[in-house]
Amino acid sequence: MTLFDKFLRIRELGIFSIIVVFVIVAAIIDPRFMTFDSWRAVFLAIPLILVMAMGQMMVIICRHVDISIGSILAFSAIVIGLLYIQFPGLSLWLSIIITAFVGLIMGLINGFIVTRFNVHSIIVTLGTLSLYRGLVFIVSGGRQIDRNDIPEHVVSFSQTSFFFSIPAILIFSAIIVIITHLVMRHSVIGREIYATGSNPVAAHLKGINVTKVTLFCFGVCGMLAGVAGLFYASRFGYVNPGVTGVGIEFIVIAGVIIGGTSITGGSGSVLGTFLGILLLGIINVALPVLNIPGEFQKAIYGLIIVVALSLDQLIIYRMKKLSGGINA
Amino acid sequence: MLKRFSIYLSENPTLRYWIVRPEWVAVILLIISVISSIQLSPFFADLAFIMDSATPYVEYGLIAIILTLIIISGEIDLSIASMIALTAVIFGTAYNAGIGMPLSILIALLSGTLCGLFNGILVTQLRIPSIILTIGTLTLYRGIAQSLASDFSLGGYPSWFIGIDYRYVGIVPIPVIIFTVFAIVVGFFLSSTIYGKQLYLIGTNPQTAKYSGIKVDRIKLLLFTLSGLVCGIAGVLTTSRLAVARFNMATGAELEIVLMVMLGGTYIFGGRGNIFGTFVAFWIVVILRAGLNVARIKIESQLTILGAMLIIAIILTNYIYSKSQK
Repeated sequence: MTLFDKFLRIRELGIFSIIVVFVIVAAIIDPRFMTFDSWRAVFLAIPLILVMAMGQMMVIICRHVDISIGSILAFSAIVIGLLYIQFPGLSLWLSIIITAFVGLIMGLINGFIVTRFNVHSIIVTLGTLSLYRGLVFIVSGGRQIDRNDIPEHVVSFSQTSFFFSIPAILIFSAIIVIITHLVMRHSVIGREIYATGSNPVAAHLKGINVTKVTLFCFGVCGMLAGVAGLFYASRFGYVNPGVTGVGIEFIVIAGVIIGGTSITGGSGSVLGTFLGILLLGIINVALPVLNIPGEFQKAIYGLIIVVALSLDQLIIYRMKKLSGGINA
Repeated sequence: MLKRFSIYLSENPTLRYWIVRPEWVAVILLIISVISSIQLSPFFADLAFIMDSATPYVEYGLIAIILTLIIISGEIDLSIASMIALTAVIFGTAYNAGIGMPLSILIALLSGTLCGLFNGILVTQLRIPSIILTIGTLTLYRGIAQSLASDFSLGGYPSWFIGIDYRYVGIVPIPVIIFTVFAIVVGFFLSSTIYGKQLYLIGTNPQTAKYSGIKVDRIKLLLFTLSGLVCGIAGVLTTSRLAVARFNMATGAELEIVLMVMLGGTYIFGGRGNIFGTFVAFWIVVILRAGLNVARIKIESQLTILGAMLIIAIILTNYIYSKSQK
């Protein structure tokens, strides 16, 4: 085994070195990139996507994909916005519980259809993507939730801080990331998710309840997308039924995949996903600094997904060859 | 009684073959949607009106027919909507650069073909699952379209080019004729030629197909390329209909196209399905949309119904196939 092969085996190292190279290049081209404000922008942009990516990562490790998360985000954001119009004094903790519950229900619906009828999750969630988006319009009546409808203590959640001038939203998402890491690495259900993703049939024979594990992944993914809805309302101060969360699922999937999570299931880590999302956040902030128009952002994200998928497949091919297994 | 009927069916395989078929679900749904649309508004029962409301969906219908072939062969292409937008934008950019109409159309078709070829190469050579790869290229192609056109509408086409949906033969608009002819040709190809049979075999069992001497990869590559080419045609048709090309046209169209294929009874895991089902499903979507519009239900709220229909269509098709296998 050559050194290069060993290098390829540590997946997080690859994405980490890409980030380092990218930051160095960006800093050389324009030193403005290394200012405090740029990095503040990076770390304010990622919590929303990071929280959703944790759920999506679980689903992808479990061999499924959930592309309805953008609509789940919008639905929970609309629900909480409408509640704020009725009860402006709603506390932050109660709002988190409500949005998490709304998202959990929608995620479980996805999971139920996928497991009960045994259909590919992308097709199911393509359906629920539209279904939930339609519900957003029906519930809100097409009306936007404005800045003055959202109470001050919710907006300040993403602005103020109670710890070393780090915004509360960032600390909260960091807690979610750490909990996800602990669950994936050290809990029974976490290991069962990896087992199910590596080989569902073997997992079933081993006595793992595959249906339960899949439902758990979809439920958590929906729940975190629901919480992200509250983050959205807090961070941007408005919720528009036609704009909120549209296309965000592709950014999340891009982050998860370039973070080294294999789309064929069974491998991936929280650290890798975090680095993947961090890279996307850095690119997002670096584009204007490097004088690249914002229109290129989507093309760059798309290119990143395709390149990451190809690399992932090449690595799998190489590993199979190394282990002398299947001659693919 | 139902039980006796099912026993009777199991004793008569030929009859069962003709009765337990998902296409009948599409036909029944079509009848239901026509009746309920007429109930919603008396103005609906007008053939010319239905023909007119079909034209915007012809572009989707053309792609749905190719997508049927792709799904039968066990793959899927979700980047279709983005390819429509990308080819339309490339067409608009080329025409505005002053290279003339024929060359612009050629460039649009060529770019669509290249996009499809790119999908096909990555799927067949690198063995990336098509369902996830085309999610990636969906973002990529839409992003390229956005980089090219920014937020501008590319217009300024000659008057003969604009408004293909206003040209009629009798009461039938020309796009509907194009769609029908295309459906018949591809339907004949799929049901009556050796290549059509090969597609079913590839979808049922790619390994067996490979060992039977079918060039699986080459056929799949061809299908993806064809999908790109048809998306190019759809892009030019859409530009003619709207008189402008924008990067965000046909957003979310993959839902309606996949819905057409799924409602038509094509099996999501490959190996089964036919063009007749997709053709009927095209009219279901048209009548459903027109009926909901006549009933003055908001476009955005209609998404709920379309999304729910997609899920119900898949569940029903799976259920019927599981019954017909027994």
